[in-house]
Amino acid sequence: MGEHLIKMPDVGEGIAEAELVEWHVKVGDLVREDALLAAVMTDKATVEIPSPVDGEVLWLGADIGDVVAIGSPLIRLKTGDEEGAASARDTDKAPEAPARPKEIEAQADGAVKTSDAIVEKQAKEAPQPRPVEAPQSPPVRMHRPSARRMEGDKPIASPAVRLRAREAGIDLRQVPGSGPAGRITHEDLDAFLAHGPQAAGAEGLSQDTSVQAIKVIGLRRKIAEKMALAKSRIPHITYVEEVDVTALEDLRASLNASKRAERPKLTILPFLMRAMVKAIAEKPNLNAIYDDEAGVVHQHGGVHIGIATQTGSGLMVPVVRHAEARDLWDCATELNRLAEAAKAGLATREELSGSTITITSLGAMGGIVTTPVINHPEVAIVGVNKIMVRPVWDGSTFIPRKMMNLSSSFDHRIVDGWDAAVFVQRIKTLLETPAMIFVEA
Amino acid sequence: MKDISCKLLVIGAGPGGYVCAIRAGQLGIDTVIVEERKPGGTCLNVGCIPSKALIHAAEEYDRIAHLASGANPLGIRTTQPEIDLSQTIAWKDTIVGRLNSGVSGLLKKSKVKMVQGRAHFRDGKTVEVETETGRQIIRAESVVIATGSAPVELPGLPFGGAVISSTEALSLTSVPDRLVVVGGGYIGLELGTAFAKMGAKVTVVEAQARILPQYDAELTRPVSKRLQALGIEVMTRAKAKGLAKGGSALLVETENGSEVSLPADRILVTVGRRPVTQGWGREELVLDMDGPFIRIDERCRTSMRGIYAIGDVTGEPMLAHRAMSQGEMVAEIVAGHQRVWDKRAIPAVCFTDPEIVAVGMTPDEAHKIGSEVRIGQFPFAANGRAMTKLGEEGFVRVVARADNHLVLGIQAVGQGVSELSAAFGLAVEMGARLEDIAGTIHAHPTQGEAFQESALKSLGRELHI
Repeated sequence: MGEHLIKMPDVGEGIAEAELVEWHVKVGDLVREDALLAAVMTDKATVEIPSPVDGEVLWLGADIGDVVAIGSPLIRLKTGDEEGAASARDTDKAPEAPARPKEIEAQADGAVKTSDAIVEKQAKEAPQPRPVEAPQSPPVRMHRPSARRMEGDKPIASPAVRLRAREAGIDLRQVPGSGPAGRITHEDLDAFLAHGPQAAGAEGLSQDTSVQAIKVIGLRRKIAEKMALAKSRIPHITYVEEVDVTALEDLRASLNASKRAERPKLTILPFLMRAMVKAIAEKPNLNAIYDDEAGVVHQHGGVHIGIATQTGSGLMVPVVRHAEARDLWDCATELNRLAEAAKAGLATREELSGSTITITSLGAMGGIVTTPVINHPEVAIVGVNKIMVRPVWDGSTFIPRKMMNLSSSFDHRIVDGWDAAVFVQRIKTLLETPAMIFVEA
Repeated sequence: MKDISCKLLVIGAGPGGYVCAIRAGQLGIDTVIVEERKPGGTCLNVGCIPSKALIHAAEEYDRIAHLASGANPLGIRTTQPEIDLSQTIAWKDTIVGRLNSGVSGLLKKSKVKMVQGRAHFRDGKTVEVETETGRQIIRAESVVIATGSAPVELPGLPFGGAVISSTEALSLTSVPDRLVVVGGGYIGLELGTAFAKMGAKVTVVEAQARILPQYDAELTRPVSKRLQALGIEVMTRAKAKGLAKGGSALLVETENGSEVSLPADRILVTVGRRPVTQGWGREELVLDMDGPFIRIDERCRTSMRGIYAIGDVTGEPMLAHRAMSQGEMVAEIVAGHQRVWDKRAIPAVCFTDPEIVAVGMTPDEAHKIGSEVRIGQFPFAANGRAMTKLGEEGFVRVVARADNHLVLGIQAVGQGVSELSAAFGLAVEMGARLEDIAGTIHAHPTQGEAFQESALKSLGRELHI
């Protein structure tokens, strides 16, 4: 009998550590070669670690949520092979790791590939880390007493409480219990006697003193860290302006009505992206990455627009690369593809990084105003609020117009208020007269 | 004789009746209690108390016999003991006598009038009692029927001669050489074990597939094992057919249908108890029945206004402590208090070897009512105190709801576990959760630690196993 030590593999991202987000095994489990042992997460991609051998799990080297350095012992297996007895073998190299991104891209491109196919392929090669859907943070349930009894359950109360209730003519089934498992205490009875059934919960109201401890792991932790970094490092300035999108909406409606079948349905975002490309041409310092430690602003020529996207497991920001080189339809197509990939957890690390400016839109939920948090280390973010028909004074009368607010934040270290205002005003002008988006100035 | 009028009349001074009368007296109710025999009922005179005396004597005898055999690890040497059963019985009788007068004293202290004789209803408010000095008429506003139960007779095996009930078994003055016990319930096994320990060759004839059928096999296994070690032969799925010619053997139809003849000096029939619903004028009343029992509601009221019934005559479980609790409740109801039967559990104890105690629901019962359950079982083999008592057999088992950990039942089998019934009962009655038991310090070294450990184990937190 030998022992097999598995170390945190280098998952090929040039990173030094990864967060353990899930154990698929526990001590004592028997695992087959290729069975999944754990999931680790780097930045926003999650990688599964399969077992290289058959064996029994002897030891787990980390708890869920721990950040483990590459090469650290992760799991120890007892194996049945004789050669293993001579020396505990290490598996710290990530075999064929560079092959991985290709596979993911193939998958993300939409080629239907069952996970079985991937498993099969990998089994033929060597066990290797495997990308999976972004994990949900599993809520760790603390002991939660259910204050409410189930229908038909006998009331739980000590004989002394029962006696007092009986003598006071109170049916304990009407009395909510605050104790563990819904036990009715003397205090509950006092409350019922003092305030009657209404106050004591005949309406179905009762205090819920439960507390659920939910470990902040995986994507949620990444988001938390990023938000804290952005808000603590960047002095935000937020500028809100309203835009009359009546003409834009008319244009959008006719384009959608007359578009070719294979073209995507247009939302307001592709128009905004194109308008931003134009505005950035005039204010290029807003399309930038600020490396504040080095004291350098990297002003990009290419406009890589991050699109803040709500997914099942949290906020993700897939990136439409080179928006300056994409027309309206292309922007829309790429936007749809990325949003789908992100929601399905199939977006690659490539697709989730490298933006130079970001759009955040809550669509119909957009509200009147938001105060967007800059996607660090960028310097600007444009927030789209909800389109609403509002009365607008045209000089002689109020007329109904489709109005939309843009709430945009800027890194005030790099962007002056004036520049911010000019940028937003430029976008406003373009969106209000949408033909200008498509005409070379 | 002058008629008596009272507020409350209790018929039968068993555990239910005398407790009812004492409590009523304490509450200032003008109370009369009628008893044909001595106060204390079956329990005190021919049941719980005398059997425990006999069991204790048998245990002591067996312990010494075991030590004398030289096979004990304690290093104690002694010579084979002898037992004079007539003296044992006399000792038992003094205990019973003391308790009889104790009950009488308590009744007197509570100002309860005692009338000795057989009561017979005339109507729902009037009872006549045949006393030694003549007929006594008693009129009462409320009447409590607490007439108890009696051993069941087998049709083919009437009591008399060699065929005895538990009552006679508790007064034998010599140990029978060969004792056949018909009925493998707790009464038969308690007495059969006692006589086997005192030297009788005991055979138990049980009609069902196993002994103590109301308990699960896991609980009864240590008892079966001990019966075997004591040389008691247990015949299951066997039916007693009657006495062989000459009366010195019992004919038994065995599991495979053949008939065997078991030679016996005594045949103890313990096939159950029946409520005493005859002989006291029930026919003069209009009482709804519930099978052989008097039907009662949650306040022990019968179908007739002002007439209550308590104890064995009202149904299972036929246990003294149930009757006592009912008696206390009825006295308070008669005194105008708001009371209702709201007990969560009635503990049951088998004073077999080892003992079995059961409170609340077994795992099977909990499953039947559709509860998802969590079970923790802790063996006495891992309990220090049990080891030092040479009593490693058995375990404590706790059954709780899986969702909120409310304890539904607790069972144990092991040496001396009857005393754990207090803790078990308290836990269930108070609505304890597993965490409550796990979080209570249990004194070390005691067998009670196994209770805490069983709760810990059900929570996956066991420490000593």
